[in-house]
Amino acid sequence: MRVIAQLLLLAFACSAGSARADWQLNMPRGVTEISHAVFDLHMLIFWICVAIAVVVFGVMFWSIFHHRKSRGARAHHFHENTLVEVIWTLIPFVILIGMAVPATATLVKMYDASEAEVDIQITGYQWKWRYQYLGEDIDFFSSMSTPREEIENKQRKGRHYLLEVDNPLVIPAGKKVRFLVTAADVIHSWWVPDFAVKKDAIPGFINEAWTNVPEPGVYRGQCAELCGKDHGFMPIVVVVKPQQEYEQWLAQTRAKQLAVKAAASQSMSMEQLMTRGEEVYKTACAACHQVNGMGLANVFPALKDSPIALGDINAHIDIVLNGKSGTAMQAYRDQLSAVDLAAVITWERNAWGNNVGDKVEPATIQKMIDGGAEG
Amino acid sequence: MNTLTRNVECEHTEHGPARGLSRWFFTTNHKDIGTLYLWFSFLMFLTGGCMALMIRAELFQPGLQLIQPDFFNQMTTMHGLIMVFGAVMPAFVGLANWMLPLMVGAPDMALPRMNNWSFWILPFAFAMMISTLFMEGGGPNFGWTFYAPLSTTYAPPSVTFFIFAVHMMGISSIMGAINVIATILNMRAPGMTMMKLPLFVWTWLITAFLLIAVMPVLAGVVTMMLMDIHFGTSFFNAAGGGDPVLFQHIFWFFGHPEVYIMILPAFGIVSEIIPTFARKRLFGYASMVYATASIAFLSFIVWAHHMFTVGLPLMGEIFFMFATMLIAVPTGVKVFNWIATMFRGSMTFETPMLFSLAFVVLFTIGGFSGLMLAIAPADFQYHDTYFVVAHFHYVLVPGAVFAIMAGVYYWLPKWTGNYYNETLGKWHFWCSFIGVNLTFFPMHFIGLAGMPRRIPDYALQFADFNMVASIGAFIFGFSQLIFLVLVIKTIRGGDRAPAQVWDQPQGLEWTVPSPAPYHTFAEPPEVK
Amino acid sequence: MKPHDPDQEIKRHNGGAHRKTVYQLVLASVLMFGFGFALVPLYDVFCEVTGLNGKVTRTGPVTLTVDQARTVRVQMIAVNNETMPWRFHAERNELVVHPGEDQLTAYHVHNPTGRWMLGQAVPSVSPAEAAQYLHKINCFCFEQQPLQAQESRQMPLLFVVDPALPAHIHTITLSYTLFDITPAQRTALNLEQAKRRVVL
Repeated sequence: MRVIAQLLLLAFACSAGSARADWQLNMPRGVTEISHAVFDLHMLIFWICVAIAVVVFGVMFWSIFHHRKSRGARAHHFHENTLVEVIWTLIPFVILIGMAVPATATLVKMYDASEAEVDIQITGYQWKWRYQYLGEDIDFFSSMSTPREEIENKQRKGRHYLLEVDNPLVIPAGKKVRFLVTAADVIHSWWVPDFAVKKDAIPGFINEAWTNVPEPGVYRGQCAELCGKDHGFMPIVVVVKPQQEYEQWLAQTRAKQLAVKAAASQSMSMEQLMTRGEEVYKTACAACHQVNGMGLANVFPALKDSPIALGDINAHIDIVLNGKSGTAMQAYRDQLSAVDLAAVITWERNAWGNNVGDKVEPATIQKMIDGGAEG
Repeated sequence: MNTLTRNVECEHTEHGPARGLSRWFFTTNHKDIGTLYLWFSFLMFLTGGCMALMIRAELFQPGLQLIQPDFFNQMTTMHGLIMVFGAVMPAFVGLANWMLPLMVGAPDMALPRMNNWSFWILPFAFAMMISTLFMEGGGPNFGWTFYAPLSTTYAPPSVTFFIFAVHMMGISSIMGAINVIATILNMRAPGMTMMKLPLFVWTWLITAFLLIAVMPVLAGVVTMMLMDIHFGTSFFNAAGGGDPVLFQHIFWFFGHPEVYIMILPAFGIVSEIIPTFARKRLFGYASMVYATASIAFLSFIVWAHHMFTVGLPLMGEIFFMFATMLIAVPTGVKVFNWIATMFRGSMTFETPMLFSLAFVVLFTIGGFSGLMLAIAPADFQYHDTYFVVAHFHYVLVPGAVFAIMAGVYYWLPKWTGNYYNETLGKWHFWCSFIGVNLTFFPMHFIGLAGMPRRIPDYALQFADFNMVASIGAFIFGFSQLIFLVLVIKTIRGGDRAPAQVWDQPQGLEWTVPSPAPYHTFAEPPEVK
Repeated sequence: MKPHDPDQEIKRHNGGAHRKTVYQLVLASVLMFGFGFALVPLYDVFCEVTGLNGKVTRTGPVTLTVDQARTVRVQMIAVNNETMPWRFHAERNELVVHPGEDQLTAYHVHNPTGRWMLGQAVPSVSPAEAAQYLHKINCFCFEQQPLQAQESRQMPLLFVVDPALPAHIHTITLSYTLFDITPAQRTALNLEQAKRRVVL
């Protein structure tokens, strides 16, 4: 009895403790012409199915009710009728054609990605997205920004729990935007329900999708193809801005990317590096190496007391910048700024009792990054 | 008391089974092997069920509470593999072993020694597969569809054991299928022409051909994985000129017929039970056979509807959409025939009939969502969401699993000589029925609302229905213990069943006494 | 004699019919196993015919008449696969070409690491329909690309767009994904040691 009461209490506490979002029963109608077409198609087929179900189950339940032995029903002896068989083969056939015609029309529209005004390359990584605007010199990663404390139930969950990112994709309203979808490791799938766009991101190949969103707004989606441990934690957020604001955003983002690079030339104190490093570590590294640096036994190596973090600093920088072939360790050269890289490496060498005592300057890292670009 | 008399009877009438454990290890008797298969599949059903409950417990509310994401992925993978290859398929093979020889009037299966082998491979295969959970790096965590490169380059080291386990299951299934075909084609009693075969036999014959056609392809695809992982080939690795999408094509070339392998025998079972309890011959026997054959044929040309989002060319999408929609026609014919069988019958509602009726209704609901999924543009929204999870659980749980349970209730008195406890049976049915719908119906909603499948944690708007689904899952899971108790009670005793068991059922299996003697039809029966 | 030897019992009922059935079915299984492997080349043919996945298989020199009246935009994309640390980018992000005209362009690579590495670029074309109209006369993706530590290279690409390109296609995207195919660590070390020995 007490157990049940406690369970009920627990359920109540949990439901009260987290922010409630409105649930819905049906597919979202979405905001684009295509998503409306898909929604209409979905509803059309749904109602056809309901109609068939009413007829078929109607006959069935009528028989169950009237032709039961307890009501004195005597079994008849018919067991064949070719005409009936032909009829109930042909009628579904006709219904199917009625479904296939609008479906094909919508499909053809969805496949026409030509005449796009903005081209964005989307690359899936374990477990984040990278957005590159072709011809705009804009390139950034987008990772989930929900804090681990919320996931681990130590903090009240926010309204957009698991559906929020640090850098959302920004696109202009009323313009045809083409997405070139690919992946850098395993297969992912880029999905925004409100656009009715879902396209698999396949390593080595590019797939095309497009959308044209008339209304500015914020739209959320998730990775739809199992891609490993944190498949459930790589959301997509698309911010649609009016053309003018979009252009402002482009300019700001470009300026920001330059500023980040410029910041690398300034020297940082140990405290600054450590504070920044801890933040970066939590977002970029803790998913695998864990917040306490202990890693996961036999899957992700520990950093605490590890030969890399305690050993030669250049080897440490190399593995963070360039990754390690054949393992889940990615190359962070493009993913993090020189400042963040310097900070996180410094943090790893001095956290959890790894008191090596040395630090890396952002300028050193920047030189290594640039050195690569010039050749 | 009862057991004693039965033993005496056995001694009396026929040469009985060997005693002790060796009976089960070395048996070549189709009834013994059928029993082994059925118990094994029930054990796997509970194992896979425990994994499902772990998944549902984690999904009871948002946030990570009980298990970590990587273990969650191992649970979804193992749950799928165990339910498909360990629970549903062996259960059908078990029923086939028990019933096919009795239904066609044969003394045993065609190849009794191979029969022993095909069963005894299974426990080893599954022991190997389950042991991967305790290995370094954990068990398979890439979903039961094991898409490359997640299952090759990025797989845990235990993937090699997974591959060998799949090979062993495949060999077992192929041997089982060869046995079924040889039995049906060569061992029918005189006068038992093909168009007189009971539908369970027909559907199994077609299923066996599907198994022969696609299990080797599964073996091929896992062999390619093995070579990619260990021998440096690049079947599925773009870097070496391969293609990860190729994996999906080959996998689903196996995978789609596979789902019909899991449903056709269910059609057969239901087609046996409904006429018995409607006291009326099955409507449209011939059209049922042709419909089954057409479904089997179509299953080979629809595989890419699992891959609408991988970027197929437009013509490919259209072709696979149309071909998939066509499957609705023969499936519809089957449903209409079952209903026409009930129409103007004289129905009673014993447990097997209840499960069969639930099968017709709930499988049809799964069929409707299947039709919706076939529509390619809409599938872009449904694909890889809980809508798909709802769909295939509707066709597999209240579809395949309910049909298996209906079959067990239907033939249990024939196997044990005792009637099961009808009250307990009805309890089992209603608990399962409510549990199943509570679990899987809300999944339609959360899927449409946008919850992807295979995620250990979810956004807040999905919380309510996930909670309902989890509660339903526990109800469904624990009601299977009623079934276990019922079966054990029936084996140990109960009202004695006569040879016919039910009210004038059709088929040769009802001409032998209950319980069916260890050896039956040593002299072939004469079929009018 | 055991009265219920199963084989005896079965044989009583049907001479050698089983043997034939079993042989046929085993043969069918073996053939289907082979068919699984046959799907690999079949799939390549299928891709080539339909342009599936934007695989470009047409290679080697071709002579085509230049269509001066028409222009096609060709976008060049570079993607690094997972742990591939090389700097990799197209010389020009976009070219405007006349169908039938030979185009020479290049991709830059640089190996920023301190070790010898081997790379392989894999091409993909979008829209997939355009794949069969993009002929590569000479491409760095035909071969594996070795780079010494800190080495840079310009990798040339000579291609031509077929004038038969359907009229509704105005933009073609050509993407290269660069994979790290350096042999596993131990072998790589051996190779490096071997090289050093040669140099010394």
